[in-house]
Amino acid sequence: MLVFVIRRLMQSALVLLVMSVLVFAGVFAIGNPVDILINPQADQAEIARLTAALGLDQPLWRQYAVFLRQAASGDLGNSFVYNVPAIGLILERLPATLELAVCAMLIAVLLGIPLGLWAGLRPDSIAGKSIMAGSILGFSLPTFWVGLMLIMVFAVQLGWLPSNGRGETREVFGITLSFLTRDGLAHMVLPALNLALFKLSLIIRLTRAGTREAMQQDYVRYARAKGLSMRRIVGVHVLKNIMVPICTVIGLEFGSLIAFAIVTETVFAWPGMGKLIIDSINVLDRPVIVAYLCITVILFIVINLVVDLVYSLLDPRVRLAAAGN
Amino acid sequence: MTQPQTPQTEETPARRIATDFAASHLAVAGLATLLLILLLALLAPLISPQNPYDLAQLDVLDSRLAPGAQSGDGKMTYWLGTDDQGRDMLSGIFYGLRISMLVGISTTLAALAIGLAAGLTAAYFGGRTDSIIMRVVDMQLSFPTILVALILLALLGQGTGKIILALVVVQWAYYARTVRGIALVERRKEYIEAAVCLALSPLRIVFRHLLPNCLPPLIVIATVQVAAAIALEATLSFLGLGLPITEPSLGLLIANGFSYLLSGKYWISFFPGLALLLAIVSINLVADRLRDVLNPRLQK
Amino acid sequence: MSPQLLSVEGLRTHFFTRHGVIRAVDDVSFSLERGQIMGLVGESGSGKSMTGYSIMGLIDAPGRIVEGRILLQGRDLRTLSEAQMQAVRGDRVAMIFQDPMMTLNPVLRIDTQMLEAIRAHRALGHRAALAEAREALARVGIPSPDERLRSYPHQFSGGMRQRVAIAIAMLNKPDLIIADEPTTALDVTIQGQILHEMQTLCRESGTALIWITHDLSVIAGLADTISVMYAGKLVEQGAVDAVLSHPAHPYTRGLLRSLPANNNTARGQALQQIPGMTPSLLDLPPGCAFRTRCERADGACAADPPAVHRDDGRSLRCFHPCDDDTRSTLAVQSGAPGPP
Repeated sequence: MLVFVIRRLMQSALVLLVMSVLVFAGVFAIGNPVDILINPQADQAEIARLTAALGLDQPLWRQYAVFLRQAASGDLGNSFVYNVPAIGLILERLPATLELAVCAMLIAVLLGIPLGLWAGLRPDSIAGKSIMAGSILGFSLPTFWVGLMLIMVFAVQLGWLPSNGRGETREVFGITLSFLTRDGLAHMVLPALNLALFKLSLIIRLTRAGTREAMQQDYVRYARAKGLSMRRIVGVHVLKNIMVPICTVIGLEFGSLIAFAIVTETVFAWPGMGKLIIDSINVLDRPVIVAYLCITVILFIVINLVVDLVYSLLDPRVRLAAAGN
Repeated sequence: MTQPQTPQTEETPARRIATDFAASHLAVAGLATLLLILLLALLAPLISPQNPYDLAQLDVLDSRLAPGAQSGDGKMTYWLGTDDQGRDMLSGIFYGLRISMLVGISTTLAALAIGLAAGLTAAYFGGRTDSIIMRVVDMQLSFPTILVALILLALLGQGTGKIILALVVVQWAYYARTVRGIALVERRKEYIEAAVCLALSPLRIVFRHLLPNCLPPLIVIATVQVAAAIALEATLSFLGLGLPITEPSLGLLIANGFSYLLSGKYWISFFPGLALLLAIVSINLVADRLRDVLNPRLQK
Repeated sequence: MSPQLLSVEGLRTHFFTRHGVIRAVDDVSFSLERGQIMGLVGESGSGKSMTGYSIMGLIDAPGRIVEGRILLQGRDLRTLSEAQMQAVRGDRVAMIFQDPMMTLNPVLRIDTQMLEAIRAHRALGHRAALAEAREALARVGIPSPDERLRSYPHQFSGGMRQRVAIAIAMLNKPDLIIADEPTTALDVTIQGQILHEMQTLCRESGTALIWITHDLSVIAGLADTISVMYAGKLVEQGAVDAVLSHPAHPYTRGLLRSLPANNNTARGQALQQIPGMTPSLLDLPPGCAFRTRCERADGACAADPPAVHRDDGRSLRCFHPCDDDTRSTLAVQSGAPGPP
C-alpha cells in the first residue's frame, strides 16, 4: 500500500510540473496585460517602468525560472490588479467555492441514489419513467440557463430566495462559512441546487443503470432462492455492487463540480474562485490565472488519489490484488 | 437467467434496433423534434424574416420590443420580440440553432475521428505507443472540460473555427479512451488472432474487423457528445468567450438578456433558452434510447 | 406425514414474448418421495431448468405459471403469497445453480452470505449461526473453515465454490434440494467428487434431490428415478436402471444410443445420432413434438400423446413405445466413480 501511495505521489508531482509549464507558457503568451492596466495616455517611459516592475521584460524562460523558484516557496506572484499575493486571493475565495461544491455534492448524492434505486427497481412504473425523464432534463439543461430560470422563478416572481451574493457568514477556525447562519443558508439554496442538478441527474442515471444490471445478475436470483427479503437483496447485495462505480464517479466528479462552479458563481454573483478566474481572464491578470490553475491541479491530484484509495477499500478484489503485488 | 432460450427469428439487427427504439414514445418524440430542429437550422437563411448578422438590417429603435410587436416601419412582425440591439428573436434563434448544430456536429465528427485513430492505434500496437497515448489521454481527462475549454479560448480568441477547435481538444480524449477500452477487449478475441494469422495488413484488420465491433457504444457516446458540445459552447458564449457579438449563438443571446430578466423583459433570454433546451433534450432522448437498445446486457 | 414430499400436477409455465408464446413447461407432472433422488434430463431448451424455477417460484416476466399445482407436503405453493414463499425458499426447498462464481456475490464475504441464509429463516445469534456455518463447510469437505469463512468467492476454486453452494443449500436442513446442472461448469474429476458427496449428504439427511442435467451418464450412478423432458413435455419417467437399460420412448432410446459407450464402432466411424434438430419452441409441430425426428412416427402422432402410466411404474408419452426393442443391450457408464 505504501509503495502504491508513494508511486502515485511521484506521478502527481510530474503531472504538476508539466501542467505548470503548459499553463505558464499558455497564459503568459496571451496579449500584454500592461495595455489593459495602464492609462492609454501613458508615455513610453511609463509603459517601460510598469513592464519592468512586473518583470515582463525578461525572456520567457527566465520568467518561468523565477516563477518556479517563487512557487517553491509558496509565492505565486502578486495580482496585477489588486497587487496582493495571487495565492492569497485564491485561498481567500476557496472556502466559498468549496462550501458550494460540498453542498451541491451532498444534494446530488442524498437525492440521487434513492431516486436512482427506485427508477432501477421499477423501471416501467410512472414514478420510474418520470424520474428518468427528469434526469434527462437535468443533465441536458445548461447550468447557466437553469440558474437564470431559478432566479426568475424564485427570486423575481416568488421573491422567496435571494438571487445573489453570499449573505451572512460566520468564521470557524479562521474559515468563513455561510451555512451556519439562516441568511447564509438562504443565499446558498439556489446556487447549490443549480450546481447540483447536473450531478444529480448523472447519479440517478448511474444508479438506475447499475441497479437494473445488478438485478439481472445471477447472485440476485440466488439470493431470492435463499429466501432473502427484497429489502436485504437491494440494501446489501445490490447496493454494495453498485457503490463502487458510483463512488468512483462521485470522487472524480467532485473536481468537475469545483470547475463548474465558475458558471454558477457568475450567474449568482457568489464570491468564490470561479468568479475570480473569469474576471481575471477578462483583464489578463496572469498571476491569478496561473495561481488558480496550480491550485486546481493540486486539488484534482489530491481528489484522484483519495478516490483510488477509497476504490481499493470498497472493492475487495482490487485490494487483495494490490496487496498481492 | 430465468428466461428460456430465445429461438432464432428472422429479424435483422437493424430492424430489431428500429423496432426497439420506436417502442419508447418519448424517444420517438425526441427524434421528431431533433429532425425538425435540424431542418430549421439547415433552412435558416431561407426562413428567417431577418438576417440577424447583418447590422444594416437592425434598427436599434426597435429594440426590446415585446413578442408580437410590429417593427417601426411596419414591414415585419417580431413574433418573439427583439433584443437590446433590435434583433428579431425568431431569426436570431434560427441562426443560433444553425450555429449550435454546426458547432456540435463538426466538433463531434472531428473529435470522434481523432479519438478513434488514437484509441485504435493505442489498442492495436500496445506497449509503448499505448502507454504514451493513454498517459496524455488520462492527463487531459482528469481536468474538467470547462476549464480546458476556458483556457484555450482565452488563448485563441473568438470565432467559430476557434471554438470548434477548443471543443475538439476537449472531447477527443474521451473517445480515445472508450475506443481503446473496447478495442483491447476485441483484440484479444480469436477472430482478430485469425486475421493476424492470415497476414492481413494491420490497417485492414483495424478497419474491417476491429472497428465495426466498437461502433454501437460509440454511436451512443457521439450522440450524447453532440449535445454536450452544444451545451458547452452555449456556456462559453454566455461567459463571454467564444463567438463574437456580431454572430450571436444562443448562449450569447441568453447572456444579453440576463440583465433584462429582473425588469420583466424575459423574452430576450427565455426564447433562445427554450430553443437551446429543445435541441439538447431531444438529442439526449434519442441517445438515451439508443443506449438502452444497443446494450446487449439489458436484452430481455 | 405422507411419504410423498412433492407432487407436481399439470404444471404449465408459459413465456409471453414479442415473437409469440413459448410453452417452456407444458403439462408436466411428477412426484417425489422423501429422500428420493430424481434425475431431470433433457437438452437445452427442453424446459428442465424452467421446471425447477417454477417450483421455486422464481419465474419472472414475461413468464408466468399459467396452470397446475405444486404440492409440497400437501400445500400448494402456487397459492402462497410472496412473503410465505420467501419463507419456503432456502428453508424447505433449496436450489443450487450452475455457475457458482455468478451465484455467490463477489463483493460479500462467504460468512456474510452463509449467515444471511440462516438468519432469513431462524432467529439465531451471531455466534451460533457462525458455528453452524463452520460445521456445514466442514461437512462438504472444505478444509480450515474459519479462514474460508472470512474469504471472498473469487479466492476459491470452482469446485470449492460449488461445495460452498451445497453447504448453503443444506444449512436449514431442507426437505428438497433442486440442483440445476451443478457440475456442468466443473472439471470432470471434480464432477465425480461432487456427485458422490451430494449423494452421501442426501442419503444421510433424508433430503430429496432433483438433479437437473443434460448429461445421462451423471444420472446413472446417482438417481433413483429419471424423468426425460423434450420440448417442454415430460416424455418418459421411471426407475433409473429400468429406463436406462430398456428405454421406452424413442427419444430416450435415441439419446442412449448416441452415447459413445453404446457405440461399438471402430475409430473413424460415425456415432448414431438422432436425425434432425430440436424444433424451435415457437414453432412446434402439432401433436408429438418428437414426430419430425422419430423413425416410428405415423399419422397417429399428429395428436398429442397423453401420459400413460404403466404397471411397472413407467410413465410415457408415446403412441409407439419401443417395448419390442428391449433386446438391445444398452449400457450407460456411470459418472460417479466413487469416493476420491
